[in-house]
Amino acid sequence: MRLMGSSTGTLVRLFLALIVLFACLAVYAMGALAADLTFPPLTGRVVDGAGILTADQRAALEAKLKAHEDKTSDQVVVATVPNLQGTTIEDYANRLFRDWKLGQAKTNNGALLLVAPSERKVRIEVGYGLEGALTDALSRVIIASAITPRFKTGDYYGGIDAGIDGMLGILSGDAQDWQRKPQVRADEVDPTQVALFVILFLVVLFVAWRMNRGGGPGGRSAGRGGGIVFLPGPGSGGWSGGFSDGGSSGGGFSGGGGSSGGGGASGDW
Amino acid sequence: MVSMLNAGALRPTSAAARLLGALTILLVAAGLSGCGSINRVPTLEEQAKSSWSEVQNQYQRRADLIPNLVETVKGYAQQEKDVLIGVTEARAKASSVKVDASTVSDPQKFKEFQDAQNQLSGALGRLLVTVEKYPDLKSNQNFLALQSQLEGTENRIAVARRDYIGAVQAYNTELRTIPGRWIAAILYPEAKPMETFSATPNADRPPNVKF
Repeated sequence: MRLMGSSTGTLVRLFLALIVLFACLAVYAMGALAADLTFPPLTGRVVDGAGILTADQRAALEAKLKAHEDKTSDQVVVATVPNLQGTTIEDYANRLFRDWKLGQAKTNNGALLLVAPSERKVRIEVGYGLEGALTDALSRVIIASAITPRFKTGDYYGGIDAGIDGMLGILSGDAQDWQRKPQVRADEVDPTQVALFVILFLVVLFVAWRMNRGGGPGGRSAGRGGGIVFLPGPGSGGWSGGFSDGGSSGGGFSGGGGSSGGGGASGDW
Repeated sequence: MVSMLNAGALRPTSAAARLLGALTILLVAAGLSGCGSINRVPTLEEQAKSSWSEVQNQYQRRADLIPNLVETVKGYAQQEKDVLIGVTEARAKASSVKVDASTVSDPQKFKEFQDAQNQLSGALGRLLVTVEKYPDLKSNQNFLALQSQLEGTENRIAVARRDYIGAVQAYNTELRTIPGRWIAAILYPEAKPMETFSATPNADRPPNVKF
């Protein structure tokens, strides 16, 4: 090492650092699991993928759901799908719920009414935060008494509307006493990374300060010939890359970051 | 990293080399922590452990529902003694399997846990099929509530298992690939790969698990 010129040593080190960075990026890319189902985009509080509602009916449901969310922050969404892509309605509803991230991130207070007319299945999927209010048994009662009798006669709007009334009624009654399960999902952002960076920055400052005292002006001017000029490029690139969020901020309605663990009930007609 | 720090800080050649050494450390450390490599092994391990607790929770919740269910069915279907005894015994066996922190990294213990729970799933499935013969029972409010709770719990078990499989897959992959493998060898030598669920061939309802 000592025999090498200072700039050669720097290049070797820079090269090693870049290898580590690329290795990290590769692991990142592999981390994402391939999704085997495709989900419709969350275009509003009523996503009528199966096309069983008229525009007026959709607007009426949207207004009802929006009024409830403005009052309680509970995100209740209606979805109809052309088919379940070969899986069960329980599985599809849970994955769709998580894909849309219904409910607020802290309270997970979302609920989804999913209708699959071609499979003749319906499900109420309840977020973690609402499981205490909208229990499995109550969801089942809503499906059996309000939804499926109307679906049997072909009245999709009537069934969905009655089901939403039932869900919102139960949720409104419980809005005060939030005896709800604590959040289960862990927060993704890691504050120790920020702390580590600050500490490292201080260490570098300290080293530079020590060097200033001991090295003298000759050492400093020699340093200018090395790789200082181009080092910040990849360094800052790697850092900002780690923090880029990728969050889309489209206008209108979007999921608040909530999740569901499979609460609710299903039915058929 | 420590040796590089020494090389950068103590080499008596020039101040420029020291500065470059320090900046290199910064670069490497920022790269590692920027994409979370240093913390990934313990982070993923904690996520997998928390997913495992959720699996246990839901299985426990199912076990808690069973005595009530058995009592309710008994009132209507006294003659189905064998099926009821089968459920009670399977529940006792599943509850007797000791589960602790080492279960997830011990294939033997994990299999024992999984087998006992699968056996209980099978016994419950038989009970619910038997119940179809008793219209009075099927219209009993208490039974209907229990049945929806049981269905909900089975579904939560399926979701919890799916989450656990995903979390363990991420954790095991991190442990077996570079740089996680090196980082674990140096910083987290106690980190061990975890066991995961296999599909159950004779379950009454196919678990919604994708590998």
